[in-house]
Amino acid sequence: MNILGISAYYHDSAAAIIQDGEIVAAAQEERFTRIKHDPAFPVNAVKFCLEYSGLSLDQVDAFVFYDKPLLKFERLLETYYGFAPKGIKSFMMAIPVWLKEKMFLKREIYAELEKIGPFEKSKLKFLFPEHHLSHAASAFYPSPFKEAAILTLDGVGEWATASICYGNGKEIKILKELDFPHSLGLLYSAFTYFLGFKVNSGEYKLMGLAPYGNPRSEKVAGYVKTIKEHLIDIKADGSVWLNQDYFDYATGLKMVHDSKWQSLFGFSTRESESDLEQHHCDLGYAIQIITEEIVIKMAEHAKELTGSDNLCMAGGVALNCVANGKLLRKYIFKDIFIQPAAGDAGGALGAALAAYHIHYGKDRTVATGLDAMKGSYLGPLHSDLEVDLMARKYKAPFHLFDNFDELATRTAAELAEGNVVGWFQGRMEFGPRALGGRSILGDPRNPEMQKKLNLKIKYRESFRPFAPSVLAEECEKYFDHKGISPYMLLVADVKEDRRKPIPANYYEMPLMDRLYVPRSDVQAITHLDFSARIQSVHKETNPKYYRLLEKFRDKTGFGMLVNTSFNVRGEPIVCTPEDAYRCFMRTEMDFLVVNNCLFVKTEQPAWKEIDNWKTEFKLD
Amino acid sequence: MDFLKDLFKFLGARKKFWLAPIIIVLLLLGILIVIGGGSALAPFIYTLF
Repeated sequence: MNILGISAYYHDSAAAIIQDGEIVAAAQEERFTRIKHDPAFPVNAVKFCLEYSGLSLDQVDAFVFYDKPLLKFERLLETYYGFAPKGIKSFMMAIPVWLKEKMFLKREIYAELEKIGPFEKSKLKFLFPEHHLSHAASAFYPSPFKEAAILTLDGVGEWATASICYGNGKEIKILKELDFPHSLGLLYSAFTYFLGFKVNSGEYKLMGLAPYGNPRSEKVAGYVKTIKEHLIDIKADGSVWLNQDYFDYATGLKMVHDSKWQSLFGFSTRESESDLEQHHCDLGYAIQIITEEIVIKMAEHAKELTGSDNLCMAGGVALNCVANGKLLRKYIFKDIFIQPAAGDAGGALGAALAAYHIHYGKDRTVATGLDAMKGSYLGPLHSDLEVDLMARKYKAPFHLFDNFDELATRTAAELAEGNVVGWFQGRMEFGPRALGGRSILGDPRNPEMQKKLNLKIKYRESFRPFAPSVLAEECEKYFDHKGISPYMLLVADVKEDRRKPIPANYYEMPLMDRLYVPRSDVQAITHLDFSARIQSVHKETNPKYYRLLEKFRDKTGFGMLVNTSFNVRGEPIVCTPEDAYRCFMRTEMDFLVVNNCLFVKTEQPAWKEIDNWKTEFKLD
Repeated sequence: MDFLKDLFKFLGARKKFWLAPIIIVLLLLGILIVIGGGSALAPFIYTLF
């Protein structure tokens, strides 16, 4: 049985295909169109899924959309009705979009599918599982658990903004839901907006900014108190009530009422790209603490409701790896699995899995090994011939290695010399994190590496931290973390004995001075609060990356590399060898490895293409 | 037709027939406002609609 799942029309459109319950392929549309968070119907991702699985549209048994459009429309109408006459502007924007396409989704989808290939309309089966059921399915079915509590958290789906479910075998039972407009995801997005980051993409930056807050300051405690007194009421079960007097998202076109927030916090909405000041960081820290408190309370309640020892998580808020790490170390559950594509892209996969197990009632085989996600390497694979053709197109010289071990040895040596390497191997990752398939790598010991990567390679804000990839077996050598973290979704502290003493006035130092204070022997991946967003690398899922790490360990004694996504700011992660080469040539990256080919920057012809990533990609 | 079938099934399942006149009026109004176009993308808000 072949089932195709789709997420589209909001953000992070994606497609995923499962065959007899096995996850075969999945990809986000943005990787093909080069438009970050592309909301368009995922024509390219669908084409890829069909090609990879060797199917035509007529061979697809069901086509599953990741939410229920009419239920969402009901929420819109009831919200506008509830708040009327407020919200007319938002109403006038939303309704045409709905009347043009979203109300008639089947018609839209038929039209898009016709672009892909011929199919018999009457035979194509459409299914529309609920948004949070899609998230829950994306987390539970690929997990290694026979039964588990499931927690989904995001901005909003149809009505639900969070849910607690129980999964057992092939069944998922929804136990509790939190409904719009009360939402942890929207609360976090509101702070993202107020602190000058882009809603829907800047949430990750806010999480990275939070450790710049001063945990010893009274300001942070004051902000936490203010938020709890005026903006949010946190109930014992972790559900939240958001005071709509302060928020504008239900009926307006921005997240908050700026003037009210200004009187509440004593400063105005930060202009995008303007300087960050300590009060911005302190407020970021405050909302991070509150987010963690809510996630933990919800998880505790999920434990009470289900009694399970296992937890599965998905939804955009599940990408908050700092909160995930805190939750893990509360030991409420013995084990936690978080869907690597936790955001809406993963909804495509969840929708397909929900259709297979719930609608068609097909049995589930619990994954052996890590899980059923195949390391999340579910995207396109590019052959040596394609690399060769790309190199010919750009007249790009390269060194071909017949033996991968030799390539890994050379790459490790270049990394140890302080060089930055673009690493392109195997299938592209599904989800927002680069996991050693489309990554930019550096030496974590190098104190200059963070600065170099941020300012000369990624061209992004200098405050942003970098994550380590570490040999799974050596994780405990560096971090206070037991177990695995294959998808870079858990944050843990760098071990005490690796830390360096910090100056007494550390928290009083200016932001950027604090950033460059030596903190550990793996400085490039040690964030200001000594935390790191870990990716444990496993031989079973990515043997080549694992081998590279082994070679780097042989050379330096450290089985760890800095791993950041292969892109520049605002650009989706590279998909093809050509995307990789262009990114390599536009930045100050030193080496590029694609399959068995090594490109050396100094040997490349001058980059003549008249383009500029700064204008090609909108800043995120 | 597909849409109308789905819509009535939905209203039945949700027991919200009171939404039917609103949707019909909206559809009529829609003819007017659709011509004006519109985009769901606003930079300062989560994609709620």
